[in-house]
Amino acid sequence: MAAPEVVVLDYGSGNVHSAVRALERAGASVSLTRDTDAVLNAHGLVVPGVGAFAAVMDALKAIDAPRWIGRRIAGGRPVLGICVGHQILFERGVEHGIPAEGMGEWPGEVTALPEDAVVPHMGWNTVRPPEGSVLFEGIEDERFYFVHSYAVQNWSFDVTIPEMSQPKVTWSHHGADFIAAVENGPLSAAQFHPEKSGDAGMQLLRNWTTSL
Amino acid sequence: MSLAIRVIPCLDVDAGRVVKGVNFENLRDAGDPVELAHRYNSAGADELTFLDVTASSSARETTYDVVTQTAQEVFIPLTVGGGVRTEADVDRLLKSGADKASINTAAVGRPQVIDEIVNRFGNQVLVLSLDARRTEDSSVASGYEVTTHGGRKGTGMDAVAWCREASERGVGEILLNSIDADGTQDGFDTEMISDVRKVTSVPIIASGGAGKPEHFPPVIEAGADAVLAASMFHFGPVDMITRVKDAIRSVGYPVR
Repeated sequence: MAAPEVVVLDYGSGNVHSAVRALERAGASVSLTRDTDAVLNAHGLVVPGVGAFAAVMDALKAIDAPRWIGRRIAGGRPVLGICVGHQILFERGVEHGIPAEGMGEWPGEVTALPEDAVVPHMGWNTVRPPEGSVLFEGIEDERFYFVHSYAVQNWSFDVTIPEMSQPKVTWSHHGADFIAAVENGPLSAAQFHPEKSGDAGMQLLRNWTTSL
Repeated sequence: MSLAIRVIPCLDVDAGRVVKGVNFENLRDAGDPVELAHRYNSAGADELTFLDVTASSSARETTYDVVTQTAQEVFIPLTVGGGVRTEADVDRLLKSGADKASINTAAVGRPQVIDEIVNRFGNQVLVLSLDARRTEDSSVASGYEVTTHGGRKGTGMDAVAWCREASERGVGEILLNSIDADGTQDGFDTEMISDVRKVTSVPIIASGGAGKPEHFPPVIEAGADAVLAASMFHFGPVDMITRVKDAIRSVGYPVR
């Protein structure tokens, strides 16, 4: 079987070379590009993100990426968001008290982690994946590398549409419970950095690329 | 508390080669930073720190290559420090594959550079690194003075106040090295870590003085979120990282 083609979205987000290399190691044929056809047609699209929510959202909008991501999801084509690329999939982010609109694929707000915790939340933490998780299959008890100060800490997915399956939500804890990953049909996202999470992260990326 | 205490080996790199020597057996080339990064990764390191001790700027180019090669092969976080002065230096390091940059002397000379870097790249990319020593000088209120040039030059700046200021300016982490403890292998300056812990909520990486696994639990008790050491890992047995983690785990702190 040919290697699945994966595009890592190139929109000026920080260090993406590790993500490219890690996905290659996980068995994908990877390109770093913002070419419309490539972004729309690849077997999988990875949306990385480092820095502030609003800045990442602005940078994505500047290249029309939210529309591409929306079209891929509508067509059932897999998308994986990482770190701020995970955060912007929710309704909005509130950093330094200023709200910014996200893509709204999922309900929920990205807000500051509790003040009594050591922030940024930086390092290797445990996760609690749900039954039937594809991403965490075989690595449920591993630790993953997180670097962030904001997270989705409340989740209520109360839209009940019979033919729509509930998102599979993976939780972690730092000062408070927060969402570490979501799997929702073609759309997946992780708050942590699988490309920096050693062997466990590699297995997660392999689980994803194998599913493409 | 479920976040693991991070154990971080530090490699001094000069013109693309690891200096200070390393004692691993069966290593094809003990001076190759990429190979060492692999070794430490396999041995359970949670992150790696490269300290560029290259004196000439022309030789510094090789450091970027080392960072790029390492980042392509070792999938754990990589921090690079030494010679970082400007936003442009950080940009170059990040583009080369570093996840974080650490800044030391340049921030002492011009603290605003911290704001410039974190405004552009986010606070998670910047580590404030400082070498502090105990002083009798009554003008340094905390009793710890910031030094430069590897502890040889005093600055008259209060180390605890500097950590507080740097945190407020937005650094994502503080790498606190004790000049008094550095190289002694007699244990960390736990008091200093504890005094800095009181003024900042960002993660603290303790450095200086590690000599054996039993040295680590007290500094974590004092408030360190991560621990960094060089010689102890370079010259100790190959499973030293595991031994350190066992010591940390045995007193109830989580490790990976």
